[in-house]
Amino acid sequence: MKELLTGGEAVAHAMRQIDPDVVPVYPITPQTPIIQGFAKFVADGRAHAELVDVESEHSAMSAAIGSALAGARTITATSSQGLALMAEVVYIAASMRAPIVMAVGNRALSGPVNIHCDHSDSMLIRDSGVVQLFAENAQESYDFMVAATRIAEDPKVMLPVLVCLDGFTITHAAEPVELLADEEVRHFVGDYDLPHPILDVREPASHGLFAMPDHYFELRRQQAAALDYVQLVLAETASALEVLTGRRLSAVEEYRLDDADRVIVALGATAGTVKDTVDELRLEGENVGLLRICSFRPFPSVEVAAALAGVETVIVLDRADSPGGTPPLHAELAACLYGSRCALRGHVYGLGGRDLHSEDVREIFAFDQGAYFGVRGDECPA
Amino acid sequence: MSRLKTLVRNQAGVQPLRGGHALCQGCGIPLVVRTVLSTIEQPVVVVNASGCLEVATTRYPTTAWNVPWIHVAFENAAAVASGIESAQRALARRHGLPAGEVAIVVFAGDGGTYDIGLQALSGAMERGHRFLFVCYDNEAYMNTGVQRSGATPYGASTTTSPSGSESFGKAQKRKDMTAIVVGHHVPYVAQAVATHWHDLSCKVSAAVAADGPSFLNVLTDCPVGWGHEPRLMPHVLNAAVESLYWPLYEVVDGRYALSYEPEHPIPIEDWLRLQARFAHLLQPDARPVLDRIQAQIEADWNDLLGRCSA
Repeated sequence: MKELLTGGEAVAHAMRQIDPDVVPVYPITPQTPIIQGFAKFVADGRAHAELVDVESEHSAMSAAIGSALAGARTITATSSQGLALMAEVVYIAASMRAPIVMAVGNRALSGPVNIHCDHSDSMLIRDSGVVQLFAENAQESYDFMVAATRIAEDPKVMLPVLVCLDGFTITHAAEPVELLADEEVRHFVGDYDLPHPILDVREPASHGLFAMPDHYFELRRQQAAALDYVQLVLAETASALEVLTGRRLSAVEEYRLDDADRVIVALGATAGTVKDTVDELRLEGENVGLLRICSFRPFPSVEVAAALAGVETVIVLDRADSPGGTPPLHAELAACLYGSRCALRGHVYGLGGRDLHSEDVREIFAFDQGAYFGVRGDECPA
Repeated sequence: MSRLKTLVRNQAGVQPLRGGHALCQGCGIPLVVRTVLSTIEQPVVVVNASGCLEVATTRYPTTAWNVPWIHVAFENAAAVASGIESAQRALARRHGLPAGEVAIVVFAGDGGTYDIGLQALSGAMERGHRFLFVCYDNEAYMNTGVQRSGATPYGASTTTSPSGSESFGKAQKRKDMTAIVVGHHVPYVAQAVATHWHDLSCKVSAAVAADGPSFLNVLTDCPVGWGHEPRLMPHVLNAAVESLYWPLYEVVDGRYALSYEPEHPIPIEDWLRLQARFAHLLQPDARPVLDRIQAQIEADWNDLLGRCSA
């Protein structure tokens, strides 16, 4: 049965059903409906976590590391400046192999201060070593939360998994969402089983040691290998979840790529608008398509290159900038397509929550729009 | 009441912090850690902020710790402890594991307590997580080469508050961190010193028994940063207490009580003289600074006596 839920509510329901042991969290828009929703579930006895209302996001992730490594299943959520503040600890969570699940309501970074959607926050921690899954809508946010728990805790992975949902566009917009039965989710995620939990005083272990040049590099390499392994675990988890949901999660989604000559590559909710536009353009006889990146980290390079083989023009839409360099998604595509004969162009769009409409997508398919799409006026005068 | 015999008995098994670590000769930190951990009879989990203790005891792939130990970063030890304590409560409640069986002890230096660690500490104290936070206060960022912190005393020369022709060292008074924690209305707060082991041990017992957060501010030395011979550590630390610079007291449920009153307090110069970081204050032209320090110590002592008799 489907319920009308916002993305934030859908994530809160996933958390209720996963029923983690500890949820350390700090409020920040547009993540707030997630923690408010979950806090109410705890207050009503429908979820049983220790809710730790920490005094900052830095402490949220720090407490999450403590509880996850102590032996308790741990989930948190954040957005924007919160992710920026906790960035230091996100890197450490990955290096300590703490299987924490975190929902991120994607939102622009200051300044100027702005509460609306873009992907600058996630891109800030691109290289932290965590898994980053980008949802297209509320349903997929829910599905990814359930899958993320199993991916994070896979013995060969043991990494934080971030489920990224566009701020407001997904977090605050209500859509029909199909929830699994509570028991199905509980059974799907199983018990939390961590090697060497801190609270095991019989076999004391030291966590978070100091590593000098003689060992640091090897430890970082192991961490990178664990992230690479996620591709396989994601596929296995998606298959197992598909049995329950009938919906298929994947690292990339190919949308009408057959004989497409122009393909947009994008992350997140924008893909929905692009899909509608692709459908319209296809009716008008244009061979266009969409490649949606669902797993930004690890980046499915092989699948992306294969999906785009033979495409004439690849158009990358980045909802984050890299001033003075190449925007993050564009840079990934340039690496994937190196040596291919396709034309590659990329546009930064939608910073600070500026909407991208169907007519915009038509323009983007039609002509090269330059580095920035949808920005008014001239470049800023000196 | 803790006795030396008790401490020895606890250490006779497996020492929580073994030898072979890289802390300096004459450093009081291992003395603090061993007194604290040997006093606690239940199993412990140690959370360590970045600092001397962390780097000197856990160079990968070695560890000097025989109890579960975790380090995450510099400023967040209290937040990490919050997470462990919440995990412990969740597991006790949901999976029937015994609650409160494991004592959680944080060790952080003055940087990880007074300065960069203050927010996480404050948040954790306000939330009421049950753990013992021990600040080993050696009054500067010693691990990185003796930079001034919020705990560095007025007049001390450090590498970022050096004395010179235009400077008498640190120009600001140190924070009263113990009073800041008292302001959080936690059940047990105390000030102690590494060398008064019996006093420290009694305070550890009371702190661990408290139903809620507890905090110990333990003065300890740094032979490098303070500038004294390693063998003089007990002498230097005891002089801090005898000069009334570092009073020993506890605050139980908000009520102050003096733990030790020097019979014949020594002048502050007798403490300063032992340490190279204060050498410039013993020059004739620094007399006004010295007088200010002495007057401040007396005012602070009288203020403390007032709080103890309130």
